[in-house]
Amino acid sequence: MSQTTGTVAAPGAHVSHEAHHDEMGFWRKYVFSTDHKVIGIQYSVTGLLFLLFGFSLMMLMRFQLAYPGSALPLLGKLLGDTRMPGGIMVPEFYNELGAMHGTIMVFMGVVPLAVGGFGNFVVPLQIGAPDMAFPRLNMLSYWSFFLGGVTMLASFFVPGGAAQSGWTSYAPLSDIAGTGQTWWLVGMIFLITSSLLGAINFITTVIQLRAKGLSFMRFPFFVWTQFVTAFLLLLAFPPLEAAGIMQLMDRVAGTSFFLPSGLVVSGQVVTNAGGGNPLLWQHLFWFLAHPEVYVLILPAMGIVAEIIANNTRKPLWGYKPMVGSLIFLGFMSFIVWAHHMFMTGMGTAMAAFFQTTTMIISIPSVVILTALIISLWGGSIRFNTPMLFALGFLPMFGIGGLTGLPLGLNVADIPLHDTYYVIAHFHYVVAPGTIFGLFAGIYYWYPKATGRKMNETLGKIHFFGSLVCMNVIFMPMFLMGLAGVSRRLFDGGASYAFAQPVLHWNVVSSWGAWTMALFQLPFIFNFFWSIRHGAKVGDNPWDATTIEWAAPSPPPHGNFVTAPQAYRGPYEYSVPGAAKGFQPQFEA
Amino acid sequence: MEIPYTVELRRDTGLNNGKIGIWLFLASEVMLFGALFASYILIRTGSPNWPRGDTILNVPLATFNTIVLISSSVTMVMAWASLKRNRFGTFRMYQASTVLLGGVFLVVKYFEYSHKFENGLFPSTSNFLALYFTLTGLHMLHVIGGMAVNTYFWGPGAKLWKTNPDWFTNRVEHAGLFWHFVDLVWIFLFPTLYLL
Repeated sequence: MSQTTGTVAAPGAHVSHEAHHDEMGFWRKYVFSTDHKVIGIQYSVTGLLFLLFGFSLMMLMRFQLAYPGSALPLLGKLLGDTRMPGGIMVPEFYNELGAMHGTIMVFMGVVPLAVGGFGNFVVPLQIGAPDMAFPRLNMLSYWSFFLGGVTMLASFFVPGGAAQSGWTSYAPLSDIAGTGQTWWLVGMIFLITSSLLGAINFITTVIQLRAKGLSFMRFPFFVWTQFVTAFLLLLAFPPLEAAGIMQLMDRVAGTSFFLPSGLVVSGQVVTNAGGGNPLLWQHLFWFLAHPEVYVLILPAMGIVAEIIANNTRKPLWGYKPMVGSLIFLGFMSFIVWAHHMFMTGMGTAMAAFFQTTTMIISIPSVVILTALIISLWGGSIRFNTPMLFALGFLPMFGIGGLTGLPLGLNVADIPLHDTYYVIAHFHYVVAPGTIFGLFAGIYYWYPKATGRKMNETLGKIHFFGSLVCMNVIFMPMFLMGLAGVSRRLFDGGASYAFAQPVLHWNVVSSWGAWTMALFQLPFIFNFFWSIRHGAKVGDNPWDATTIEWAAPSPPPHGNFVTAPQAYRGPYEYSVPGAAKGFQPQFEA
Repeated sequence: MEIPYTVELRRDTGLNNGKIGIWLFLASEVMLFGALFASYILIRTGSPNWPRGDTILNVPLATFNTIVLISSSVTMVMAWASLKRNRFGTFRMYQASTVLLGGVFLVVKYFEYSHKFENGLFPSTSNFLALYFTLTGLHMLHVIGGMAVNTYFWGPGAKLWKTNPDWFTNRVEHAGLFWHFVDLVWIFLFPTLYLL
């Protein structure tokens, strides 16, 4: 891991613009670095590797869903007799894959890349700061994340395998599950610690280290999204930590926080004291996990906003309402969590409250998305790879968001909740939504990190291939869900008569997933190849206006040659009567 | 490269970085203990028979511990105030008292815990005890963390006083804010667990 990271960061080392750079060894410079850019790249590369790993788990599951009970050629034998005897997957292994796919994608893939990676690399540059406010804390938060990741990976090899109770770890199932679940909890505590330290650092940095003249309403939208995201992480994660501690106590010290009295497991009454409340876990979990949904989506929205303003050569339409919506959305995200729990029979008064707040929170999301779409109007759009991904984000996130509305209403949620419809809905938000936003960000800021552009042709192959495949994977799931197929079946619904007319969509969806893997190859190649062979660029290759483009590409330790200053708002493109087509924030 | 506002205050916010950082950290701690207190309420209201705390726990010992922790908060403030008045020797004395009072708290807690274990009262015995051990255990980890930081500033960390006294004073102030928070958590825990 550290080797890879070193390779990515290496070009930055050769160009030293700074007069007073200190001599540091390899380890201090690339591994235990306190430089926000190196840490950002470490987070990004680790996050991307976890995304690839989590996607691989899913590809295995997709084989079982498309061809239930068939032997997986070649690879099946390698995974051993406990997991796939004779190449045929056992249900326990399927459950492991499902739980770990969710955990890895959310907590070890998307969040580290979106917040740890882009937040670390871009935010200090965009606000004109020399580094984060607490550089050593920043290093600590990366290594805490790394330890959490290692713990999660190691849990695959403990007796009984990794956690099998879903990424939500619902009690009491998780309380009585095998050793893997304990490892999951310990891993989560590391990941939570990492996020908390990171959130403190981001908020302090944004408030304290912004450049002279950079008032809050002159922030690029991306900085705003990271700022709000940091508050969500700071305040929503501790309740999950509390829940994790209680579940750990249940599993290790024999307490009964989540175990009701008289629980019967495999015909035996559990001997615990009882009196606990399984729903308590759900409340604490979703108190984190709903804000977490916004942690997943907001940074991507920020990236897309930057790229749209830059490539339409126009200011964002409705910057102030967007910022207002963002803050409102941050507050509201703390009081919608129980819309994930309509199935628990919580009673009409509670359900009415939570479905009302859920309908209200959809308003700011729609405001932001609408503002981004209107921003395209009348622009002379440059269709480069980052812009294609940003444009792909808009309808994909739109589909994900709009299909969520029926799920926010108690009555409509009950028949849909446990079906593939939900899988399709949130994957449209996170996969072709957030992940497209993150890809856009990689293509957009790559020149700043390395001094070279990624190849455009390979980028376009990557985009169009992924766009088609994403829809081939997820669109059929809406159909299967509406036909009533449950989302947690090991055989994909093959044993149910009513599922037979839609079962063939499983095969389509699976082939979509495997084809999408092929379309990631151009990206992986491009990512490494362009470090040395991409087209060289100057400080501001996209003719952008925000402050990160005032720094050299790649920026040296300490970032800016002279301390930058903000003279105007973030998106002064095509100002009537101006001498240039764009007026950077940092130019007087 | 220097990070600005580590010591000096930023003009428009009137704060240094460490002050914002520690308050944000305390905000997350409020959410952590808040979630645990909320769980306490939910489990207690769902229980048909909940014991009164004083029938199981030792109220006089806990009262003594409450006084000990509040005193340690006072010595913590005095330690910081001594630095402000440029009296390093007095700081050392007060800082040592803070750490020692934290130690007294832990020793009393040790006797309380072992007395419970001897009588066969474990976290697994009932949900009352589960909450008692989890809440006080987590609080105790915070006491140990605070003592570690305070010991560091009493010992090796105090070298900073010679090179950058303002920065050192700020650090002691921030450690103090954490210590007061730990004290405050106990002030909520004591009536909740022992008296109600």
